[in-house]
Formats: sequence, C-alpha cells, structure tokens
Amino acid sequence: MRPDLYLSDSADGGARLGVPRPAALPHELPGEDPHEHRAGPGRLSGEHGPLRVGIGGPVGSGKTALVAALCRVLGEKLQLGVVTNDIYTTEDADFLRRNAVLPDERIVAVQTGCCPHTAIRDDITANLDAIDDLVERLAPLDLVLVESGGDNLTASFSRGLIDVQIFVVDVAGGDKVPRKGGPGVTTADLLVINKTDLAPMVGADLDVMSGDAHKVRGDKPVVLQSLREDPAATDVANWVLAQMARVPA
Amino acid sequence: MTLVLAPGTAALLALADQRLPSGGHVHSGGVEQAITDGLITGVQSLERFLERRLRTTGLVTAGLAAAAATITTPGQLQRLDREADARTPSPAQRLASRAQGRGLLRTAKATWAAPSTTLSWTDLGPRPHHPITLGCACAAGGVTPQGAALAAAYLSVSAPSTAAQRLLALDPVTVAAVTVRLGPAIEQVAAVAAHNLEFEHLPDDSDPLLDLLAERHAAREERLFAS
Ligand SMILES: Nc1nc2c(ncn2[C@@H]2O[C@H](COP(=O)(O)OP(=O)(O)OP(=O)(O)O)[C@@H](O)[C@H]2O)c(=O)[nH]1
Ligand SMILES: [Mg+2]
Repeated sequence: MRPDLYLSDSADGGARLGVPRPAALPHELPGEDPHEHRAGPGRLSGEHGPLRVGIGGPVGSGKTALVAALCRVLGEKLQLGVVTNDIYTTEDADFLRRNAVLPDERIVAVQTGCCPHTAIRDDITANLDAIDDLVERLAPLDLVLVESGGDNLTASFSRGLIDVQIFVVDVAGGDKVPRKGGPGVTTADLLVINKTDLAPMVGADLDVMSGDAHKVRGDKPVVLQSLREDPAATDVANWVLAQMARVPA
Repeated sequence: MTLVLAPGTAALLALADQRLPSGGHVHSGGVEQAITDGLITGVQSLERFLERRLRTTGLVTAGLAAAAATITTPGQLQRLDREADARTPSPAQRLASRAQGRGLLRTAKATWAAPSTTLSWTDLGPRPHHPITLGCACAAGGVTPQGAALAAAYLSVSAPSTAAQRLLALDPVTVAAVTVRLGPAIEQVAAVAAHNLEFEHLPDDSDPLLDLLAERHAAREERLFAS
C-alpha cells in the first residue's frame, strides 16, 4: 500500500483519494494509529465520483435556499447535481427548477417513505440510486449536493452516502439551539447558523449561539450567515471549494 | 448441543429483515394508495389487505425467488426476468420491483462475491426484479429455494404492514401481531410457490386491485412512498 496516496482519516472515507480501493480496510500509516475508513458500498465503484455534500437541518432553516445559492455561485465553474429528499411533495426540487438555478435534468427528488431520517442514515439506497443515476446521465460531475428532508437535531448523514456534511440551523429557532447539541450540530463538518438578519427580531444573541457552537464542536468550523444579506453564501461556497481542492484532479 | 436447522437459516433471517438496507422502506406495496382510497382504515382492513396481497403478489414473488435460487446460467436469468415481467402487468409495479432489486443487489454484492459458482452479480443486469435478486442472494447465502420463497412471501406482507403503521399511526404492537399471525399462511404460500420450480409452472396469479392501486399511485403528485 502506498501511504503517499492517502490524505488522512477524514470524512472523505478514502473514496476520493488517489487510488481506488475497497471500503473499510483497516490499515496503518506511519505515525498514525491503525484505523478504518468509513466509505460504504455506494463508494465501491473505484472511480473518483463527484464530491458529495450532505445538507441537513431542521424544517425551514434554509437548506434549499443554501442549495440554490451554491448552485448559482458554483454552477458556472463546476458540473453540479442536486438530490432533494422531500417529505411529501417535490416542493424543494420544484423550487430549484423554477428558479432555474440548474437545468432540470440536474435535479432529482427521492421519496423517503415517511421517514426522512432513515433515507439519509439507516437505509440510504434511494439516495445512492439517485446519485448513481445523475452520475450515469451527466458524467463527469464535480459536485453533488444532497438536501435532507427537514428533520430534527439528531439528523445526520451516513458516511456511506456523503463525503462531508453541512448542518443548517435557524437563528429564529432560538439561541438555545447550538447549546442543545445533537449529532447534527456537534458532528457536522460545517455548522451554518443561518438567518442572522432575524436575530434582532427574535431576540437571539449571535455571540451566545456562536460561542455555544464552538464549545460543542471543538475545532470544527461554524459559519454565521444571512442569505438575505449575502445571497451568494460566500463563506459556505468557499468552504465547499476548499473541500474539493482536497480531491486530486 | 447441536442446533438442527437448515444451513443458511441465519442468512435467511437477515434477508427477510426489513432493516436490511436495500431501499424497501420507501415502498408501501400499494398501501399508501389503498389508504388514500379508503380501502385500509385500520388494523382489520389492513389484515384483509395483507392476506390478499400475500395470496397473489406474495405467491408470485415467492415462486420467482425460489426459481431464482436454483438458476445456474445467465440464459436462465434472462428467461426468468421475462417471466417476472409477464407476471407483473402494471408498469408501475415492474418499476418498483426493479428499483428494489437494484437496492438489494447493492447489498448482496457487498456481502457475497457471487450468487453462485457459475453466475456473477453482473449477470443480473443493473435493475433486476426484486424477487429474482432475492433468490440469487439466498443462493449466495446458502439458503434453499424453499427458504427464498419464504423470505419473499414474508416480505410481501411485512414491508406493507410497516408502511400502514406509519401512515395511519397504528399501534405497532397490534400491527406486529397481525404480521406474525399471518405466519402459517405465509408458510403455506411459500410451500405452494416452491412446489414446482420449472418456469412454466411458477404461480401466475394476479390481482387487478393491486395493479390499479400501483398505477393510481404512480400518477400522484404528492406521496410519501415511491410505490
Ligand atoms: N430572513 C431570512 N430568511 C431566510 C434566510 N434563508 C432562508 N430564508 C427563508 O426561510 C424560508 C425557508 O427556507 P428554505 O430554504 O425553504 O428552508 P429548508 O430548510 O429548505 O426547508 P425544508 O426543506 O422545508 O425543511 C424561506 O422562506 C427562505 O426564503 C435568511 O438568511 N434570512
Ligand atoms: Mg428544503
């Protein structure tokens, strides 16, 4: 095994690195503890598929608005695809198509059988199939955004489905949200505290939110944003680009 | 102490487990539409629906799964694929079957190197019918054709019952009891289905109600389940 071909034991699960190899083979690198990568069978293809970014968070926190912003900003430079996990309708997919942030064929909606959380964590089949279909139809893709159905603070994506995940919370939900924690807030690779423009209206203290978030997340990054004030989602877009830069061309 | 069980029994339990991550949880087997159309309103009507589904769809899929577990050549696989199409008149049901077969194929591939010594997973194609994939997975796991029939018959009621439980917020204990009480009927259906595995003798019963429900569901804009 050539250690130089691997980056690190990070969220990318190994599937995006220099050589194809099966998931979850324990291996040792100089100066590291033995560890396993976490990619799932969905990542066994051995090809460098697109970077897969999961976007989760409670209902109405601004996930679709963020996807739309990322598509507008990154869609010119990158080959993009979007998977939405709508609860009942195809509302989110329709919104994205209506606003023409991407051509229709680049946006697919999956049904989640009344259980949005299952579809992104416990049985990710429908999402894997949707991504495979996008890749098959539109290859080569650079980036696939997977928006989860609006859920609760325990929602998180399986590492078999995505490479990195963003969790979006809403300032209007109250400044207690980051303190409450939960897997979404604590383990997401990027936490976005959205709708900062509403803070004065709802009496939320952004310093408290940011401080609590850092407390429960350690070194992992936190972005405070208002899509009203910055429709280009500049910080998040830059973060996504930085994740892509870690992928060999 | 020795445990006297057919080999492959543990694999059979795993393959009949709804938690096997193969995409079944987004399919309701007609239940979502049956609820919308007022055919299922509670536990009693659910039980009648499940039994009817078992004796038609369940019987046919059990036969296909059992036959698939005996297959040794790609040619037989192709033939059985056409037999499955012919036994599934509703296009929406054919799509749902192939979507679930695709999901199960991913799990099977990650679990076993090949369905048998003479077949590879690619012989099934990218979107095989679910019962055929199930039969091949059973063969890979050392499960008998009778076991494959049992898994298919059991899944024909267990997955829809869970969908009904979610959609109608039924008491999960009562719903579980309904499914378990169908056990003898499930075993009987599996035995009939696996009785004669020559393709032309496989069960070919159909149920126009289930076909109609599937078609009406596919045409809907708003739905929680894929089928
Ligand atoms: N004031 C303000 N409103 C925002 C901001 N971001 C999003 N919104 C609005 O919040 C509402 C919900 O946004 P969506 O993007 O649909 O939220 P979502 O998380 O996708 O919602 P679900 O998919 O239903 O869970 C919409 O009306 C957006 O326009 C923001 O930064 N500030
Ligand atoms: Mg949304």
